[in-house]
Amino acid sequence: MRLQLSPEDEAFRQEMRTFFTTKVPQATRDAVAARRDVGREQYVETQRILNAAGLAVPHWPVEWGGRDWTPLQRHIWREEMQLACVPEPLAFNTSMIGPVIAAFGDDAQKQRFLPATANLDIWWCQGFSEPDAGSDLASLRTTAVREGDEYVVNGQKTWTTLGQYADWIFCLVRTDPTAEKKQRGISMLVFPMDTPGVTLRPIELIDGGFEVNEVFFEDVRVPAEYLIGEENRGWDYAKFLLGNERAGIARVGATKRLLADAKQLATEVRADGRPLSEDPRMAARIAELENELLALELTALRVVAHSTDGKPHPASSVLKLRGSELQQAATELIVDIAGPLSLASFAGEDSQVPEWARAATPEYLNYRKVTIYGGSNEVQRTIIAGTILGL
Amino acid sequence: MDFSYDDEQNALRQAVSGLLGRAYDGEKRRAVVAADPGFDEKTWAGLAEMGLLGLPFAEERGGAGAGQVEVAIVAEEIGRVLAPEPYVQAVVLTGGLIDAVATDAQCDELVAGLAEGSLVPAFAHAEPGTRWSTAAAGVRAVEEGGTWRLTGVKEPVPNGARADVLVVSAIDEAAGGATRLFVVRADAEGLTRVGYRTHDGTRAAKVELAGTPAEPLGEGADDRTAAIERAQALARIAYAHESIGAMATALTTTTEYLRTRKQFGVTLNKFQALTFRAADMYVSLELARSTALWASLVAGAGGDVVTAADRARLQTSRAGRHIGKDAIQLHGGIGVTAEYTVGHYTSRLTAIDHVLGDGDWALDRLAATVGDHETVDPLGAPYT
Ligand SMILES: Cc1cc2nc3c(=O)[nH]c(=O)nc-3n(C[C@H](O)[C@H](O)[C@H](O)COP(=O)(O)OP(=O)(O)OC[C@H]3O[C@@H](n4cnc5c(N)ncnc54)[C@H](O)[C@@H]3O)c2cc1C
Repeated sequence: MRLQLSPEDEAFRQEMRTFFTTKVPQATRDAVAARRDVGREQYVETQRILNAAGLAVPHWPVEWGGRDWTPLQRHIWREEMQLACVPEPLAFNTSMIGPVIAAFGDDAQKQRFLPATANLDIWWCQGFSEPDAGSDLASLRTTAVREGDEYVVNGQKTWTTLGQYADWIFCLVRTDPTAEKKQRGISMLVFPMDTPGVTLRPIELIDGGFEVNEVFFEDVRVPAEYLIGEENRGWDYAKFLLGNERAGIARVGATKRLLADAKQLATEVRADGRPLSEDPRMAARIAELENELLALELTALRVVAHSTDGKPHPASSVLKLRGSELQQAATELIVDIAGPLSLASFAGEDSQVPEWARAATPEYLNYRKVTIYGGSNEVQRTIIAGTILGL
Repeated sequence: MDFSYDDEQNALRQAVSGLLGRAYDGEKRRAVVAADPGFDEKTWAGLAEMGLLGLPFAEERGGAGAGQVEVAIVAEEIGRVLAPEPYVQAVVLTGGLIDAVATDAQCDELVAGLAEGSLVPAFAHAEPGTRWSTAAAGVRAVEEGGTWRLTGVKEPVPNGARADVLVVSAIDEAAGGATRLFVVRADAEGLTRVGYRTHDGTRAAKVELAGTPAEPLGEGADDRTAAIERAQALARIAYAHESIGAMATALTTTTEYLRTRKQFGVTLNKFQALTFRAADMYVSLELARSTALWASLVAGAGGDVVTAADRARLQTSRAGRHIGKDAIQLHGGIGVTAEYTVGHYTSRLTAIDHVLGDGDWALDRLAATVGDHETVDPLGAPYT
């Protein structure tokens, strides 16, 4: 055991920090810091800057832009990016479909998709969930029927994040309705969002924002060459993909930022004639969250330091569970710091209520999602209880 | 001691829930809150017709002379359907303050106008630099040549743009920095109001006063913070009931969903991990309900309404957060959409939680007084 980073890793951290804080446009980082919506253009621009420097897809195979870093270096890369308020490379591209195509796609698919995916020339969205297939994803019903060299897709996906920006969708579809185990009849298809028969309906979320969509398929004809891997093996690829999705899910760096902001804001807000930060209960609450976050960060470090053999450490399942809860706790803290000012939520620019206080409650409400998606926290507990504790 | 509703109170509840149930079933609330003023004028008129807008005020002032329990019943029914009408703000808080402080002549106009539905008042009190205080801070009142003029900014002011009349708190330096109350008319010169929607679908405003003429509320140059404290306490209790109504619906919506939503081939109520969470929500709800009811009775009995209100505030704040969060969580993705109801309940509970002091704020006040009593006796001093 050893506490310090090795000199190489320390230098690596410094290199990341310098890059992120000097090469990504300040306006974009300010938007992330102020927790304003980052537009499509800013995402694309940032990811291209990262990709040009080899920092968009370091976890991919080296021949497709990967860097062969250690798990600890990847961890440092991600945390530094979050601390610097850099919009992260689009997860649908870099953590989800990219690695699947790299692992299971054919050569033509790799050539065609991987460079464009790394560079965000293609914006991907994830078409997994359906109205009746959420936690129970394997019960999905969207069908794809082979006709000659095409699949004909019918059905509906939902919760498709940023589908309105997407060029392509990767979908789980049912290709064998007769399979004995429902997991066995699923395939993964990819196709452009402007294929005839694809329609999108935005879903308004509780904060008034539009980030998810319903996507409907009516006789969508997809060339068979867009099948990823083998027919009826889609569930295996989905499991592989969801395993990658969980990497970085703790979001320690992002929550650290939220807490650092909260501390600063608590010094600016006055309660009973003194800064709110001097209120002992407020200070205790912040200290407790910082300590919880420390425990999470240390667990994340322990997990990455251990997983050099490629196998996930069992404790990695606590990262999503607790990481999502701490993100929510941090947004709740900021609402409470704003206090009565939080009621000016949709005030305009001429408001005397600062922007952060206006944004606080919509963000808090929006963050209720983080314990639901990516495998709900109930699902995470089921995994801990079943897989780890053998219950 | 009796915690049960009598026949008249049950009839009142039925009448209110009938009116609001019709006004806000299905998608109607979304349509109403989408347009200014953020509530339905017809429903407001309906509340007036039923005598609900004058409920707590004396009959000779145009009110109904009813008690706190009746006000609580209306507030709970408001919360149950998330009716966006500013009942607690206009009637309990602003109306209560006017009723307590104003001259008879002012009451004849303002309380009577409120009760008959022709005049919606709002209390412009919060300022960007204050935090749930009883005092004003930056808005100043100065008398020149017999006219009082106010200068400064109030924000956020619930329903401040729609209001026909504003009751504004301001510092009077000439009276030693006392916080006084003034009436400002909607058409007063130097008054600028910028209204906006808030996350829970209601409305607030920035109210800018630039030498705006104002009429003192009530007589004399007394500091009004005690009256404000008391009106806020009564409003906290009413809000406690509004949130009880909202929590109750959030819980029944959740249990209904658990009974019908299927995953893994079974309805979700087959998962004890979820039904136990619903059971805990029920526990929170009932404890909060008891405390809120008790606080209403304390107010009616002339007990220490400020402390009782803090206790209700703390309990309903904790319960509201617990139920609001878990109601969404147990629904999964649909819970965070604006197209489904349950998230709106969480949003409204969060708004109520920050209007007049959050749970930690109430806890701080209670913590400062633990040495004052050996035990808390709900039926003894200082509550009865
Ligand atoms: C903002 C947002 C963005 C999303 N983005 C995408 C996307 O881009 N692409 C995509 O495909 N999907 C996306 N999702 C979907 C997400 O993965 C699902 O919401 C999630 O899988 C839960 O499914 P559900 O919403 O149907 O809830 P349900 O599965 O119906 O769950 C309802 C409740 O029951 C609990 N529950 C379910 N089963 C069990 C069980 N066996 N034991 C105990 N508790 C259980 C859940 O934890 C939850 O509390 C997104 C969701 C949200 C909210």
